[in-house]
Amino acid sequence: MTERIEICLDINSKVYRVTIEPRKTLADVIREDCGQTGTHLGCEHGVCGACTVLIDGEPVRSCLIFAVQAQKNKIRTVEGLQSEEKLHPMQESFIRNHALQCGFCTPGFLMLAVGILEKRPNIEDGELLEVLSSNLCRCTGYENIVKAVRAAATEMRQRK
Amino acid sequence: MIGSRKPGIGASVTRIEDRPLVTGHGRFAGDVSFPRQLHMRLVRSSHAHGKLNSVDVTDAMSIRGVVAVWTAKDIEDLPPIDFREGAIEKLAAFRQPVLVKSRVRYVGEPVAAVFAEDPYVAEDAADLIVVNVDELPPVVDAAEAATEFTLGLSTEPTVCRQGYGDVEAAFRAAELTVELDLSIGRHSGVPLETRGAIGRYDASKDVLELHGAAKVPHRNRELLARMLGRSLAGIHLFEGHVGGGFGVRGEIYPEDILVLVAAMRLGRPIKWIEDRREHMIAANHSRQQRHKIRAGVDREGRLIAIDNEFFHDQGAYIRTHGTRVADTACGMLPGPYHLPNYRVNGHFRLTNKTPAATYRSPGRYETNFVRERLMDAIAAKLGISRVEVRRRNLIGKGEMPFKRPLVALGDDVVLDSGDYEQLLDKALARCRWEDLERDVASRRKAGEFVGLGIAMYVEKSGLGPTDGARVNVHTSGDVEVITGGASMGQGFETVIAQVCAEKLSIDYRKVRVVHGRTDRIEYGVGAHATRATVMTANATFVAADKVRMKALDVAAQLMQAEVQHLDIIDGNVVRTDIPSEATISLAEIAHHLRPASPTRGDRDPGLVAEGWFTTDHMTYPYGVQIAVVNIDSGTGQVHVEKVLIAYDIGRAINPMLVRGQLVGGFVQGLGGALFEEFQYDERGQPLSVTFADYLLPTVQEVPDIDILLTEDAPSTCNPLGIKGAGEGGIAAVGAVIASAVDDALGSIGSITQLPITPQKLKAMLDKHNRNGMTREQS
Repeated sequence: MTERIEICLDINSKVYRVTIEPRKTLADVIREDCGQTGTHLGCEHGVCGACTVLIDGEPVRSCLIFAVQAQKNKIRTVEGLQSEEKLHPMQESFIRNHALQCGFCTPGFLMLAVGILEKRPNIEDGELLEVLSSNLCRCTGYENIVKAVRAAATEMRQRK
Repeated sequence: MIGSRKPGIGASVTRIEDRPLVTGHGRFAGDVSFPRQLHMRLVRSSHAHGKLNSVDVTDAMSIRGVVAVWTAKDIEDLPPIDFREGAIEKLAAFRQPVLVKSRVRYVGEPVAAVFAEDPYVAEDAADLIVVNVDELPPVVDAAEAATEFTLGLSTEPTVCRQGYGDVEAAFRAAELTVELDLSIGRHSGVPLETRGAIGRYDASKDVLELHGAAKVPHRNRELLARMLGRSLAGIHLFEGHVGGGFGVRGEIYPEDILVLVAAMRLGRPIKWIEDRREHMIAANHSRQQRHKIRAGVDREGRLIAIDNEFFHDQGAYIRTHGTRVADTACGMLPGPYHLPNYRVNGHFRLTNKTPAATYRSPGRYETNFVRERLMDAIAAKLGISRVEVRRRNLIGKGEMPFKRPLVALGDDVVLDSGDYEQLLDKALARCRWEDLERDVASRRKAGEFVGLGIAMYVEKSGLGPTDGARVNVHTSGDVEVITGGASMGQGFETVIAQVCAEKLSIDYRKVRVVHGRTDRIEYGVGAHATRATVMTANATFVAADKVRMKALDVAAQLMQAEVQHLDIIDGNVVRTDIPSEATISLAEIAHHLRPASPTRGDRDPGLVAEGWFTTDHMTYPYGVQIAVVNIDSGTGQVHVEKVLIAYDIGRAINPMLVRGQLVGGFVQGLGGALFEEFQYDERGQPLSVTFADYLLPTVQEVPDIDILLTEDAPSTCNPLGIKGAGEGGIAAVGAVIASAVDDALGSIGSITQLPITPQKLKAMLDKHNRNGMTREQS
């Protein structure tokens, strides 16, 4: 076992002080040490995107970086999307459009979609599909995910 | 309709499951943890076949944090993983041991288990275990001659046979014989959540718990109790959220047994979470079959006989299902067509690959491909259209119920209801078939490799015989439905809530649906074989009706009215005979039925009732799939442009969810048709162990999918008239895509194998180009 070190992570504007092995991935630390289990692990080799979180606004595969690399950044996970009881328009849109079945890939898709639309609210549709093709879903056939993201994009633009 | 709040059956309401799942509050297997838990990591065979000489665990044991390492000799008292149906003498020798005893039989087979304080440490230790194997030649092709599994036992444990009529005589009388050699590749469900199992032993109550259960918790409880020699009362299964099932999740695997036994013997909870590479080599594979099929037809193209010899690649062991996939293939192959004479021999073969079992639409994805290839070939040989040849063979509406002398899932095949020709006509009209044909023809003239495909199929759903549910109205007015069902994301809770809400005239969002808990209800069918909605919804309907009658009985007494003059509207009992302001809520009635309530009378306490539903036979939904594809002649890549799924569901409880099942199933099926394949080299080494070499469809591969959902043939097997949707989307994808690609190729070549990869198509096109021919000339 390697030596443990103490680090601080800023997740959804809350600071977590944890003692971990430096080799531990960000995803594992978010889930196990910070107790935020909404971020899921589907492949642990950076393909499925279930573990997508936002780091300083950028969608990132949290299975592919070490927690120690994210000490100076602002991390956002699915648990931080809603404000108190009110759901984020993307969450609402996923429910309304039946964009989830088992829900395992959902947090990753939500973070990916919110991340891209916050940066580029007017992203062209073809490019949006290209971005969404970076995550995998095995239940929905994607149709309703695309529908939900498009609808939420419109709403997010109007709210600005 | 979507998003409307009409409570009951037929409304496309949003799901009650969704809020925790979009807010990160789901509880999947990986999210389950107990204090003082240990983490398990398996050492797996890296040889496909060999004699196990030794397992050296010395270095692993020396690592700080490692509590135990087990090999087969530490669990010698455990039996192999048993069949869920109980003992099957003939197949018993082919069951998988929990850990390898003397011979490794596939890459990925569990050889040793490490238990450690931390999952990273468990993995470190597993890497230090030295497994010494003398390699033996592996069997990788199920269609080659059978060899020896072990002393005196062949790699062909059984041949699955079904049939009727005089096949030989029929072939002699046939005008034309069509023969095909067709193969379906090895692929599987591959849910986004890998498997997980958490074992926990509560010594204070002598209860063993398995968390991370799925699919069939009640049936698995019986299997586990039998294997571990425990009473049913001493073992419980708990299903949390399940990240996709598709047949592979919720089976009993070596890992499930290990976490349970270790929890008892090591005295601490044991957590095991599979990684993706493990999933690709250890969870059930499926589908791989090779069919050598022959059909005799008359001069109009009517089937007179089918003779089919197929080879089922089972992999290294026979798992919990026994021979079910091959049996289902035998029983379901004829599909929607008349078939006077039929013979099928399914060679059930063991190979040195990951064991196989069910994957969504088992035995039908394969045989729909086989049968529909045959129909296209008959049409081509006789020069009649692909639609016409199908139409001429369809079983008619007037022939329902149609009994076939065949068996599927242990059930005599009786097609309960259906108007296949009507659905064909509706589908052709919906997609404007003739326009599509014209369009495809003109694009071909312009040089595009574009094709149109069609497939017809019969699905099965609602496997019985019996399921029960308990409906309980609490004094708060909230309603709980306790079921033995299971949920892998299909919307089970919402559907059951809608059925209950319809009967009690309440808001479906006030209904809590309990599932996957063996400690809450004694029996349950779980969720497999597209049975959850059919069986559990009907049981819920019966239970809710009893609750309704009990509520009206109490209300009649309190309101001094006759029961027949009362109704429930929005959760309140009201009078229907006279204008009256007087109402009484279900919550109040529940209050009157408390054990100590003086108004209860001699009724049993509680506004609660149990309902049972029993059926003799499965119910058979049916469909037509149509697809337009375009082949990139430069790369051989198939682009699916447009798809229609026409499907008769009998009666839809929530059309939005049915549509979700059909679209989701279709896209999943595209994987096995075009992209997904577990490939092995000649030494039995798996070549598809990551998502970089086993390709799931992404958003980019999804065609424009139109759904035509009809309710023309309600099931005659249950009062609600419902049939299942879970497997209807995926069942004919291989069939329809092959038909369309074949059409695009014209006479360049024909499709006899799934998946249809760019490499194979490119080779066909290149060969054709080298010969310097255009499609029309060839």
